[in-house]
Amino acid sequence: MSLAAQSIASLRKQLLSKEITPTDIVKDVLTSIEKQDPSLKAYLSVDAERALADAAKADISKPLGGIPIGIKDNINVKGAPCTCASKFLAENYTAPYNATCVNQLHAAGALSLGRLNMDEFAMGSSTENSAFFASRNPWDTERVPGGSSGGSASAVGGDIAIAALGSDTGGSIRQPSAFCGCVGIKPTYGRVSRFGLVAFASSLDQIGPITKTVEDAALVLNHLCGKDGRDSTSLDAAVPDFTSGLGQDIKGLRFGLPKEYLVDGVDARIRSAVDAAITHIQGLGGIVEEISLPHTDVGIATYYVIAPAEASTNLSRFDGVRYGHRAENTKDVLDHYLTTRAEGFGPEVKRRILLGTYVLSSGYYDAYYVKAQKARTLIRKDFDEAFKKVDIVLSPTTPELPFKLGAHSDDPLSVYLADLFTIPANLAGLPGISVPCGFVEDGGTTLPVGLQMVGRALDEVTLLRAAHAYEQSTSWHLKKPR
Amino acid sequence: MAHHIDIQHTAKLARLKLTEQEAVKYEAQLAKVLDYMETLEGHDLSGVELTAHAMPIYDVWREDVSVEGLDRDEALSNAPRKTAGQFLISRVVE
Repeated sequence: MSLAAQSIASLRKQLLSKEITPTDIVKDVLTSIEKQDPSLKAYLSVDAERALADAAKADISKPLGGIPIGIKDNINVKGAPCTCASKFLAENYTAPYNATCVNQLHAAGALSLGRLNMDEFAMGSSTENSAFFASRNPWDTERVPGGSSGGSASAVGGDIAIAALGSDTGGSIRQPSAFCGCVGIKPTYGRVSRFGLVAFASSLDQIGPITKTVEDAALVLNHLCGKDGRDSTSLDAAVPDFTSGLGQDIKGLRFGLPKEYLVDGVDARIRSAVDAAITHIQGLGGIVEEISLPHTDVGIATYYVIAPAEASTNLSRFDGVRYGHRAENTKDVLDHYLTTRAEGFGPEVKRRILLGTYVLSSGYYDAYYVKAQKARTLIRKDFDEAFKKVDIVLSPTTPELPFKLGAHSDDPLSVYLADLFTIPANLAGLPGISVPCGFVEDGGTTLPVGLQMVGRALDEVTLLRAAHAYEQSTSWHLKKPR
Repeated sequence: MAHHIDIQHTAKLARLKLTEQEAVKYEAQLAKVLDYMETLEGHDLSGVELTAHAMPIYDVWREDVSVEGLDRDEALSNAPRKTAGQFLISRVVE
């Protein structure tokens, strides 16, 4: 197996036994990118020279020493572009600082390799909203890799990255991970500093890893978390060793299956893969019971008020003055703003800015924004109640299989509805993981299915333990695209 | 209920210039999205407190001492227009 196709855990063993060097890994990843990226289109840019220079001085005695990690293009790495897949930042933006999580990864010996494609400003579920090009699904390049962290998942699933960082506001790590056959975890809100992540919806955004295995997710997460003075919402909570629960069994662990999630509109083949996973978990000694999350039906409406509202204020910083695109020949300062922003933002971003502005505007604030914040309380309380009975909430990660490019482009609402299972964890601030749980034949291709587990706030250790126990007793994670 | 948005007013608040074509398209699409928001009416929300953040964090302070940040050149490094060590903006006062 090529080095680019291997897990962090496997590569670290070979590094420590001197069978390979960091340069071998970086060269193999770069070669894989050269071969495969023309069809996957996962990367927006790759600085091979810098990666090789970093590899040459990598310290393998550090926990992630010599491991290259791909970075979603909305996370700042000093000296690299950070376009957010937007025309606004396409030219003349070079990150003048590192995101806190990037500093932590570098301190742990990892190096950053490549900027990964995404939906513009993380708004979307397919990467088709990238201003540059759509990324492709490694299992079928006619299909989307999901989004918004679609480049990250395509690269990891397609074995042209070892691991990658993504960001998740309504499912943007978990959904593409499910679509591409990867593991993706969104940590508890506040676990990972958002400093250096270009903000979409500040009360929902979290950075997290997309990896080939659950163990790798834990290994990377170990070097992302902690209180940061530059993000006032980062949590001052002890950071455990996230690998500490790996290898433990799940006998007696309680899993809840929300009856509200068993709705029409879930692909029957996904349903049957998830049913099989549930039986499998019971076979491992997990106790599965039906639970109720009675406010599930307002999740999407709540999210699509709150997220655009926050986005409309966050994106007001794109004014063509301090960085990014600036329109030429405008007649006054208002025209400067109107034209700069009209030229810089793509259609989905404009749509969400308009929606967010509308729900925050005078006369509509109470009708939409206040109601959504109240509904958010009810959704959070649903989980509080559920976690009195169970340790983990189970569901499919997505209601549908990876779809063909262009399949949803005319109807934004239909795209929004596909976030049904992933949004609640963001609204409630809870950690969630997607792990491969089977494959489905569709139109002559084999497509992966993801199982989502959501855990208690700050209890990623139990979440990773459960996901690992499931993964290690199945072989789904070992299957590779052709 | 069919919603009507004054799309050009909203666009001006959002500092976005829309073409007539865009205005028509977004107006129709957002009306559909706002119709969907009616699902928020499906539960009794009276007396429910608001959640702005999932985690209860209030009043985060730090010591009032200066810390390292970007220096002037770094802060200006991405500015589309700059002059004399400052951001250059459009004329605000005639």
